Amino acid sequence: MNPLTLTGLCRALLRRELTVMLRSRAELANPLFFFLMVCALFPLGLGPSPQLLATMAPGILWIVALLSVLMASDSLFRSDFEDGTLEQVLLSPVSLYLIVLIKTLGHWLLTGLPLTLLAPLLALMLQMPSSGLVVLVLSLAAGSLVLSFIAAIGAALTVGLKRGGVLLSLLVLPLFVPVLIFGSAAVQRAVQGMDSVSPLALLAAMALLSLALAPLAIAGALRVSLDQ
Amino acid sequence: MYFNNIQELWAMAGHGPFVWAAYGITLATLLALLWVPLRTRQQQSRNLRAYYRRLNASATSLTDGEN
Amino acid sequence: MWGWFHKWSSPRWFYQLSGRLLPWLAVLTALTLVAGVAWGLLFVPPDYKQGNSFRIIYIHVPAAAVAMAGYMVMAVAGAISLIWRIKLADMVMKCCAPIGAALTFLALVTGAIWGKPTWGTWWVWDARITSVLVLFFLYVGVLALYEAFDNKEAAGRACAILALVGAVNIPVIYWSVEWWYSLHQPASISFTGESSIHPSMLRPLILTIIGFYSFFAVSLLLFVRNEILNRERNTRWVRELILADSKV
Repeated sequence: MNPLTLTGLCRALLRRELTVMLRSRAELANPLFFFLMVCALFPLGLGPSPQLLATMAPGILWIVALLSVLMASDSLFRSDFEDGTLEQVLLSPVSLYLIVLIKTLGHWLLTGLPLTLLAPLLALMLQMPSSGLVVLVLSLAAGSLVLSFIAAIGAALTVGLKRGGVLLSLLVLPLFVPVLIFGSAAVQRAVQGMDSVSPLALLAAMALLSLALAPLAIAGALRVSLDQ
Repeated sequence: MYFNNIQELWAMAGHGPFVWAAYGITLATLLALLWVPLRTRQQQSRNLRAYYRRLNASATSLTDGEN
Repeated sequence: MWGWFHKWSSPRWFYQLSGRLLPWLAVLTALTLVAGVAWGLLFVPPDYKQGNSFRIIYIHVPAAAVAMAGYMVMAVAGAISLIWRIKLADMVMKCCAPIGAALTFLALVTGAIWGKPTWGTWWVWDARITSVLVLFFLYVGVLALYEAFDNKEAAGRACAILALVGAVNIPVIYWSVEWWYSLHQPASISFTGESSIHPSMLRPLILTIIGFYSFFAVSLLLFVRNEILNRERNTRWVRELILADSKV
């Protein structure tokens, strides 16, 4: 077997991740339907008034997208943990940092990115002015990446536990606070016709930081989960 | 002393209930943070004594302990 | 230096040292808290704007400050236990969580009680309150994670990682909440306790802040000493200590 180059390795890891995930279509579709359904609950709970919905839409979309990412990430490491793949991965000479980086990126490509693309549709249903749509997509693209990486830390910490779900949200939600603040503020400012470059830039900076730092924590957390 | 008498101190010009409630809750919380470990200590001593009795019966040796 | 570090991190040595330290710390705590609280409650004149309700500052601010510092102690201890695998650091980290959570809760409750006569409402989504609330959630996360693990060694390492991630995030969270608040700032709430404080009001506050830090140390030592006895139960010194205890 040829020794793998770094790019070759990354490509192989990514292909594996995407293939595995694409095989379970339901799991891909579920977060999207969750996003759709919870967004549809808001007009039912708040009343159908277009003005009210329009003012709340940026916040609603961001909070529901955040919850969808959280729900989706619970299964991030679970199947690999249960069938022993994770243990093999840990034994392999490839750096765990790289593996979890690619794995989380692959997961984001099939959960965070579709959510981002679905969001404008829901924004229109929630009567959000179309002036905010571009910023909504941009902020969700960068923000959901941060959310995926933060949620992956929680998923790695709880993967060995029998009851992960609610615990995962307790661990991760407080860490989501900055992303939510900057994300929804960016959209709100865009809707109000203000400049939203600075929150977007901050989200992008956070995305890059989490790309660099979060895999360290994820790798450490996976080691703990597998050790016990 | 700023207040003239106990009644004034207690009432604090209408803010008494708030101030005294805040101090009361604080006192209770701080005492709980001392009481919990002290009670645990007692229970633990009891449990450990029982543990050492069982250990003596099974004649297991102890270590010196390190970091 | 390493010899000292090694010695200091030995649970047995720490147990003995903390036993000698505790009475002094307890005296310091009692003196500063009683003096500071008595001074603040009885002798300081009321704030010209807030009246007597400002006296809550003498417990609210120290509780919030120590809760924040407690998280940092927890994170640093977590880092030490992850890097050098020092058992003592792991115990300290574990014991910080309940104390810190209780103090954060205290800061929130006293803040709410202070808010009612001052702002006319129990709760305001003000930047500082919201930050403390998030800090409380972070503590709850650590506590919940620790409880969820059956294997307490793994629990300690998992919590250490979580505490570190939280500590890295805290500046970002605080800063983002400040930013969020400045965006939505309502005009009616323009003053805070600290900004308008008179020097004569400040002196008792310094006393109670010292008192709360010292209290944190006392409580932490009590928790850690229990943890040491529990985890070092299979050593001779713990057995001798426990058996000597029972004769008294």
